[in-house]
Amino acid sequence: MPKPSPKRIPMRAQKPEKRRYNFDEVPFGYSPEEAMAEAQRCLQCKKPSCIKGCPVEVDIPGFIGKIAEGDFWEAAKIMKRTNVLPAICGRVCPQEIQCEGSCVLGRKMEPVGIGNLERFIADWEAEQAECVKCEKRPPTGKKVAVVGAGPAGLTVAGDCIKLGHQVTVFEALHKPGGVLAYGIPEFRLPKAIVQREVDFIRSMGVKLVTDEVIGKSRSIEELFGEFDAVFIGTGAGRPWFMGIPGENSLGVYSANEYLTRSNLMKAYLFPKYDTPIVKGKHVAVIGGGNVAMDSARTALRLGAKESMIVYRRSRKELPARAAEIHHAEEEGIVFNFLTLPKRYVADKDGWVREMECLRMRLGEPDASGRRRPIPIEGSEFRIPVDMVIVAIGNSPNPLIPGSTPGLETGKHGNIVADPKTGRTSKKGIFAGGDIVTGTATVILAMGAGRIAANSIDEYLKTGEW
Amino acid sequence: MLGPGIKRFELDARDIARKALPGQFVVLRIREEGERIPLTIADTRPDDGVIAIVFQEVGKSTKLLGTLEKGDSILDVIGPLGNPSEIEKFGTVVCVAGGVGTPEILPLARALTQAGNKVITILGFRNKDLILMEPEMKAVSSELIVTTDDGSNGTKGFVTDALKQVIERGTKVDRVIAVGPVIMMKMVSKLTEPHAIPTIVSLNPIMLDGTGMCGACRVNVGGETKLACVDGPEFDGHKVDFDLLMQRLKIYLPQEKESLELFKKTCEHQGENDA
Ligand SMILES: Cc1cc2nc3c(=O)[nH]c(=O)nc-3n(C[C@H](O)[C@H](O)[C@H](O)COP(=O)(O)OP(=O)(O)OC[C@H]3O[C@@H](n4cnc5c(N)ncnc54)[C@H](O)[C@@H]3O)c2cc1C
Ligand SMILES: Cc1cc2nc3c(=O)[nH]c(=O)nc-3n(C[C@H](O)[C@H](O)[C@H](O)COP(=O)(O)OP(=O)(O)OC[C@H]3O[C@@H](n4cnc5c(N)ncnc54)[C@H](O)[C@@H]3O)c2cc1C
Ligand code: FES
Repeated sequence: MPKPSPKRIPMRAQKPEKRRYNFDEVPFGYSPEEAMAEAQRCLQCKKPSCIKGCPVEVDIPGFIGKIAEGDFWEAAKIMKRTNVLPAICGRVCPQEIQCEGSCVLGRKMEPVGIGNLERFIADWEAEQAECVKCEKRPPTGKKVAVVGAGPAGLTVAGDCIKLGHQVTVFEALHKPGGVLAYGIPEFRLPKAIVQREVDFIRSMGVKLVTDEVIGKSRSIEELFGEFDAVFIGTGAGRPWFMGIPGENSLGVYSANEYLTRSNLMKAYLFPKYDTPIVKGKHVAVIGGGNVAMDSARTALRLGAKESMIVYRRSRKELPARAAEIHHAEEEGIVFNFLTLPKRYVADKDGWVREMECLRMRLGEPDASGRRRPIPIEGSEFRIPVDMVIVAIGNSPNPLIPGSTPGLETGKHGNIVADPKTGRTSKKGIFAGGDIVTGTATVILAMGAGRIAANSIDEYLKTGEW
Repeated sequence: MLGPGIKRFELDARDIARKALPGQFVVLRIREEGERIPLTIADTRPDDGVIAIVFQEVGKSTKLLGTLEKGDSILDVIGPLGNPSEIEKFGTVVCVAGGVGTPEILPLARALTQAGNKVITILGFRNKDLILMEPEMKAVSSELIVTTDDGSNGTKGFVTDALKQVIERGTKVDRVIAVGPVIMMKMVSKLTEPHAIPTIVSLNPIMLDGTGMCGACRVNVGGETKLACVDGPEFDGHKVDFDLLMQRLKIYLPQEKESLELFKKTCEHQGENDA
């Protein structure tokens, strides 16, 4: 085998100067030739470490090997065996700490672009007249209810229907997809792709009911009148605020609200769409994760002159995906590191006008292993702003725990479920994804869904808990 | 049509009708491009799977809703959301409502009467042409006082004047419930505070999802931030920061104006085409 080139094939993308004004997807994806060339960089290790880095253990050398040969159909089949949402994972997984982070090439040169290839094969398959068919087991006559149509719930639905059970998914919002629909912006994850994956799951026979808030219109207990098992994948809910003065000023948003307005309600197309959104000129986003990057980049596209990230640690600790930080920097997002908001100052009508901040320094590592930020006394300074987006996380959605007596919850209000089976403290009820772990990732939510689906199958067969 | 610009619709919503309790609301979206707007569930007929809403045409979405006719469909109706009202035997309860708050308070007054309370209802309107649902309210109250700002009918003055009279004439009031414009709820709460009469207000901040996910509906109650859609919508009126609520209701004024004007233009345009 020839020696692989040290650099990966770059993915062509919209130029930063242009894309900061539109909501179209940023990278264009590989052409078949580019994909084959990149796939040929893979060493096809006998003991592949990349698979261990993948939470759902996709057969990575397997599908990449087929791409290298130009057998895309076979590659798609291998992929879909373990991952039902590859077009999404290819775009949003933190590959640098998962599969690509474990790639042997990465020790000396750039690792194989596994995420890029995953995306390529999923998009290629979608363009074909036929798609990879999944085999379905004969009907078992058992019925499964899935609450929440995010990645966790959709994975359970897709797996359970393949296992021969009847599946109904209940979703509170008017569109399925969870964070994929309301949180992650169009320029990063086109909604047509989410729709395609949802359609695929529907085409397998899953019944999807939107606008149904379980816990309000029907309780979990009532679902057992009709269903034999229930999976709860209701995700992270209530947005956190810092609890500092002025946080309810006009122009201060939670990231959930800001992104929901823009993505789910399409406020960026106002007034064609009815939902309004504030278009800040000087925007500060508090936080350093994917949610913060998405918010800052959305603000730019909605006309901000200046859109900045305000983060209390340093660049090294930013929890966002490497690709998002890179894209944000290219687009001209300003990064204020080691900065902590202390209060917001509003004008007489209540609109936020300034933000008072403290400078921080890094101390000893904390429980998360990252160095703890410590405020520097007397370092207060002010930043003029006309909009603030708070992106510091969410607590679990309380609706279901609050309306299901006897369902054990943890100290943060998360549902307690066995990570090996997804089983909760109540017979027949399973849970997984952000509602169990707190805000995590798409792939971990899918992984939890996969485990729960197998465990549901076993429970429905044996009736044992 | 109940009054000028105020309409009552019945919607098919079986699951919601079965579960809804007084004080809860729905969020609806009329069409694909539409926004999600919250409206109180004004009545239910569980056996027919029907809920009623009453709304005032104040902007684009409510005006658009008003153009729908019997048999038309609404894209999304979600509910029942929010916590139901606390309905117990309190003793004497005064229900205070203004304008479109009237149909919202009707199910509360009815439930309170059924729970054995003596219900005194005070309704306020700008003038006699705007008076709503007088007979219905009378049927569920032991006493009904209607005020008009200009005195064109009933007692001249504001609901707070009438409430003051009720308190001053020596009626022992055990609880006050106020639903309507923010300023009215604020004045009612101010009036009852020195008398230490527990006062419940139903807040109407701008909402988006209505399920506690977004934080749009945050209100300040007793110095704490609460989400009206899941922690409310009813709160202790003596603790609510009404001024903040009034400010936050104005966030989108310029966009609401733009949207409404565009809507009016398209309506006129359509009118011309039809002619
Ligand atoms: C802006 C943003 C960007 C992100 N970027 C990335 C990224 O790049 N990569 C990555 O891996 N992860 C990312 N994440 C995190 C990732 O999206 C989540 O970890 C993942 O979506 C969790 O999946 P889930 O299925 O557990 O829950 P969710 O996706 O939250 O879905 C839960 C669903 O349940 C519904 N629901 C809630 N309550 C009820 C109820 N009572 N009845 C019916 N339905 C209900 C909700 O409406 C929702 O649709 C991001 C998150 C956000 C917010
Ligand atoms: C819990 C709750 C129950 C309500 N019940 C009723 C009811 O039974 N009958 C009724 O007529 N009205 C009710 N409202 C108010 C109603 O939701 C608004 O009048 C409606 O959303 C206005 O939309 P619009 O496009 O017609 O007007 P717009 O021109 O968009 O807005 C007019 C005013 O309505 C308020 N408003 C705008 N958007 C929203 C929103 N998404 N959520 C809440 N308020 C908004 C603002 O103060 C705004 O200035 C209720 C509000 C809440 C929060
Ligand atoms: S409306 Fe979104 S949290 Fe209340």
